[in-house]
Amino acid sequence: MPLRLLKYGLSRDYPVSGDIPATPELKPAYDVVIIGGGGHGLSCAHHLAKYHGIRSVAVLEKGYLAGGNTARNTTTIRSNYITAEGIAFYKEGVELFERLSQELDFNVMFSQRGQLTLAHTEATMRSFHMRAEMGKHLGTRTEVVDQKGVEELCPLLNMDYGGPLEILGGLWHADGGTARHDAVAWGYAAQASRRGVEIHQRTEVQGFEVVGDRVQAVKTNRGRVACGQVLIATGGMNYDVALMAGVELPIRCYPLQAMVTQPLKPWLDTLVSSVSLHTYLVQSSRGEVVIGGGSDPYQLYSTRSTLDMKEHLAKGAVHLFPFLQGVRLLRQWAGITDMTPDYSPIMGASPLANLWLDCGWGTWGFKATPVAGKRMAQTIAEGRVPDILKPFALERFETFRLLNEMGATAASH
Amino acid sequence: MKLLTCPMNGPRNIDEFQSFGPVRARPDPNATADRDWSRHLFRAENRKGIVIEWWRHVPSNYFFLAERDLVSNEVIRTFDVSELPERA
Ligand SMILES: Cc1cc2nc3c(=O)[nH]c(=O)nc-3n(C[C@H](O)[C@H](O)[C@H](O)COP(=O)(O)OP(=O)(O)OC[C@H]3O[C@@H](n4cnc5c(N)ncnc54)[C@H](O)[C@@H]3O)c2cc1C
Repeated sequence: MPLRLLKYGLSRDYPVSGDIPATPELKPAYDVVIIGGGGHGLSCAHHLAKYHGIRSVAVLEKGYLAGGNTARNTTTIRSNYITAEGIAFYKEGVELFERLSQELDFNVMFSQRGQLTLAHTEATMRSFHMRAEMGKHLGTRTEVVDQKGVEELCPLLNMDYGGPLEILGGLWHADGGTARHDAVAWGYAAQASRRGVEIHQRTEVQGFEVVGDRVQAVKTNRGRVACGQVLIATGGMNYDVALMAGVELPIRCYPLQAMVTQPLKPWLDTLVSSVSLHTYLVQSSRGEVVIGGGSDPYQLYSTRSTLDMKEHLAKGAVHLFPFLQGVRLLRQWAGITDMTPDYSPIMGASPLANLWLDCGWGTWGFKATPVAGKRMAQTIAEGRVPDILKPFALERFETFRLLNEMGATAASH
Repeated sequence: MKLLTCPMNGPRNIDEFQSFGPVRARPDPNATADRDWSRHLFRAENRKGIVIEWWRHVPSNYFFLAERDLVSNEVIRTFDVSELPERA
């Protein structure tokens, strides 16, 4: 055995195969250029190659693979939204997650342990009833639970009986869960590159060559790349990148922060979020408690963290689980989120004929990584937008057909 | 904690303030097509650069303006509404 190992180590052509090949030379042209090597761009590349036979695809990523919001999110996966259009779309997303480890031949650690959203006011309870009925109608597992139900689902919660933040009930979403964010991106990248997709890291798109209503080529720090079709999937930079092509999106950038505690014994098996406290918690498989909340209160292109937000999140977490006081924080971080006015994404056509948008994912897009990639690949391959994506068109803002998901998004992504 | 200088109350903790987003020109409601209304409602300045935006000091309910860099987060100045350059 040691001899074989030594021989293997010294051999010139031992069969080492990285999952994700090193960045190759840029070719002068590709059928499809995907801008942004986050989960969404990689998922689209995978679906183009595997299901539509389109393999002349380049994913251009300005930094390292999936280092944007894909690396920063708190991995809530759920479909308990408000609008019929939203629920139908995110439901397909959850279903794809249920099969994702098989699809990618890579363990994405999908853990469907359910999400419990808490109501501290009657108004919130009413909104939960509406969400539960919509959810049931569309075939998701979403129901309202009373105080006893909350206690059974999460016995360690501080119910605050008689207090100002008494928990009146909850929205129980048995379909909710988490997955390992990096694994999702790596899995898509590995599958896509196995089928011939090129992933170009440290390749920044700096401009577009637009002729008439078409993008002829994109300009990068490594040269010009001509393209048949182009997809923008650049997360927090979506506004910026689209603007380079002359497309002004209804997006404003806000930082979104999160943090984790030191690892603890397993004690929290559901995802828990509180609408009034703007705080949500989930325990990772390592035992760390991931804590997140709402976006920063003003626009900013920055990934700095603030003490204010940490105080706010710690206060919410300690209120819900008082025994967390004294637990240490291990890490904190932030991402720049591309927020739309109605808390729904912008997917589909742009004013340019061959430029497609997978934008406006704000604080809620990780859960849609499989479904957005699948449906955007279909859109690009067929040259038309499938019905399930039509409500998310950019034109909805001109026709005032907004998809308001704010109430189902602001406190739990 | 970050401080913001209110033109009326002086430097205060940022959490006493509420941001109302970049100033935008108000179109004439009687002479504006739907398309332009939607622009007015839904598109606010988001370029990487300096914006003039509305803020409110919540306890005193005083609205004022701030000039702020959207990348560095530096507040260049704050001023009263009467000093707004072009009141559209
Ligand atoms: C703190 C935090 C918590 C979150 N929690 C959740 C959650 O619990 N559940 C959920 O569903 N969503 C959550 N989100 C949102 C989610 O992370 C994003 O919506 C999602 O990851 C977007 O994926 P993406 O691939 O579109 O973008 P990204 O992962 O950001 O990828 C975009 C890529 O484009 C690259 N890029 C940018 N500009 C250029 C350019 N000019 N040229 C080339 N490449 C470029 C970037 O470097 C980046 O890697 C959270 C976000 C944050 C910040």
